[in-house]
Amino acid sequence: MADGITLENVVKTYGNGDTAVHALRGVNMSVAKGEVVGLIGPSGSGKSTLLKCLGAVIEPTSGKMTIGDQCIYDNGWKVRDLRALRRDLIGFIFQAPYLIPFLDVTDNVALLPMLAGKPNAVARKMARDLLDALDVGHRAAAMPSQLSGGEQQRVAIARALINRPPVILADEPTAPLDGQRALAVVALLNDMAQQFDTAIIIVTHDEKIIPTFKRLYNIREGLTVEEIPQGIASPAPAVALFEGDTARDKV
Amino acid sequence: MISLAGRDILHGWGKFVLTGVGLGLLIGVTLSMAGVYRGMVDDAQALLDNSHADLWVVQKDTLGPYAEPSSLPEDSERPIQAMRGVAQAAGVTYLTMQIAQGDKDVRVMVVGTEMGEPGMPGQPTHLIAGRQIVRGHYEAVADVKSGFALGDRVKVRRNFYTVVGLTSRMVSSGGDPMLFLSLKDAQAAQFQKDSDAIVRQRARTEANPQLNPPGNPAVAAAVNAVQSGNTNVNAVLVTITPDADPDLVADAIRRWQRLTVYTRAEMEEILVQKLIANSARQIAMFLVILSIVSAAIVAFIIYTMTIGKIREIAVLKLIGTRNRTISWMILQQALGLGLIGFVVGKIAASLWAPFFPKYVLLLPADSIRGFFAVMLICTLASVLAIQAALKVDPAEAIGG
Ligand SMILES: Nc1ncnc2c1ncn2[C@@H]1O[C@H](COP(=O)(O)OP(=O)(O)O)[C@@H](O)[C@H]1O
Ligand SMILES: [Mg+2]
Repeated sequence: MADGITLENVVKTYGNGDTAVHALRGVNMSVAKGEVVGLIGPSGSGKSTLLKCLGAVIEPTSGKMTIGDQCIYDNGWKVRDLRALRRDLIGFIFQAPYLIPFLDVTDNVALLPMLAGKPNAVARKMARDLLDALDVGHRAAAMPSQLSGGEQQRVAIARALINRPPVILADEPTAPLDGQRALAVVALLNDMAQQFDTAIIIVTHDEKIIPTFKRLYNIREGLTVEEIPQGIASPAPAVALFEGDTARDKV
Repeated sequence: MISLAGRDILHGWGKFVLTGVGLGLLIGVTLSMAGVYRGMVDDAQALLDNSHADLWVVQKDTLGPYAEPSSLPEDSERPIQAMRGVAQAAGVTYLTMQIAQGDKDVRVMVVGTEMGEPGMPGQPTHLIAGRQIVRGHYEAVADVKSGFALGDRVKVRRNFYTVVGLTSRMVSSGGDPMLFLSLKDAQAAQFQKDSDAIVRQRARTEANPQLNPPGNPAVAAAVNAVQSGNTNVNAVLVTITPDADPDLVADAIRRWQRLTVYTRAEMEEILVQKLIANSARQIAMFLVILSIVSAAIVAFIIYTMTIGKIREIAVLKLIGTRNRTISWMILQQALGLGLIGFVVGKIAASLWAPFFPKYVLLLPADSIRGFFAVMLICTLASVLAIQAALKVDPAEAIGG
């Protein structure tokens, strides 16, 4: 599974000395292209920190990260231009769609290729094809504020996919959606992972979607990441884990 | 490439355009202030041009006749006339006063000129109606700006004058329209005392045994005649022959007549550098303040617009947009605001210029300068917003 994203012993410590917070203490994980995995864990366990390291938004303290066969971090960044790295290799999906309110749907999706220098017409054609594939082609000319929540999230997914990145990071993408729609979004992401041969990592709290993952990473107190293979029809362990987590969250 | 700035502006154009219009009115005021200054300089130049003089001969050691009072005997003109290089010399009087025009008052500069031969320096030019003064008394030529029409009777002090000609752009350095009278009439008006004053002066003369020696009433009569007459002028305007050098002629008059002489360049310097210098500084102060206010408005609006987009900016950064793209978006918005402001300001300034009581001269060169100043101010004003945008951490787009 070397061609997806691989983390070896990734450590992240915020601050130093007495006030140091050991958010990640040696994380190992690996996601293949075409695969969708869930990342769960109680509040404060380090999910967001891990996502930010994966997304090259914050710098790990040590360890090694590889995307495809390109080593991007080995006790220090291996690429100089992190913006270009994010733009070309990583797609992001957020809790809320976070679309750019002053661009229409097509241009929200076409923005990245345009900024990367693709001619507008080419970028827009790519965007429309992708929007069609995601069943929101009919809203291509609408402004984000005119869309329903589900439509917005589809457009956000299209934006994450537009540069065909080998990795997509989703930060609680179903948080604002009800059960039916949440499941639909996960199903869509599964489709997309296969269709575009992308590794997708979904950070989630959402009990409804946890049983749908074939593989789950459960991160506990930032210490380790244990891999929990899901039984084909046995979502129970994951839910149990998750329940402990929510109980903690309520405190 | 896509214009993020343009799309953002189009999305919320109402607020943007309203701000631009508000800024534009400020810029319009700024342009008008500059126009007022240009108008003052132009009035001064018109005054000098229309005097048709190469040299101004005035009372010794004064900055007369426009910037300081100056008085010299009318007959100083004759020896000047006789000097080499002098083509024509003519006495002239200037007196700014308030006169009745219909049922309102108008401020005019009463100019007394020698009407003898046509073409003498100091005579009214730019005649647009009627004729020059041909009779020695009780005729006037008025500038149209005064509101008088041909045939109107103008009361100056105690006498009435008939308007026989109208000029345009004959104004004082302060922009007051001119009213031309013959030199004799103007002298009378300038130095005329009211009857009570004359009666009192006569009484004083008669009570003074030195001026009214007993047994010789002719002395008192002579003194009274001397006191009531006036043969002074404020300046002698001189034109020189085509082959003469104004500086040399001026030197000669200074040396031989012991009078102060100004060339055209020196006179312009007095009017522009000294007479309107304070007004110019006043206007410069306004320009500085208006520039600061405009900059503050642009900075505030662009900053608010940017802060309102902080989450979008974090997302843009996270998904790989370059700082330069984001900075350019903000800068473009500031420049766009400046552009709207400038266009509105230019139009506003042109529309309201005629309603100013003083001449407002909008020079294209000033507009171009103003345009670049606005763009510069907008650029500086966007710095704050750009800094705020660059400080945004892309990690903020990912929930804690
Ligand atoms: N910028 C930061 N500086 C210091 N400590 C941080 C920072 N971000 C997160 N942490 C700490 O790191 C630990 C992991 O946090 P986080 O990754 O947000 O966990 P999760 O997303 O699972 O709730 C927490 O103890 C949190 O307080
Ligand atoms: Mg979190």
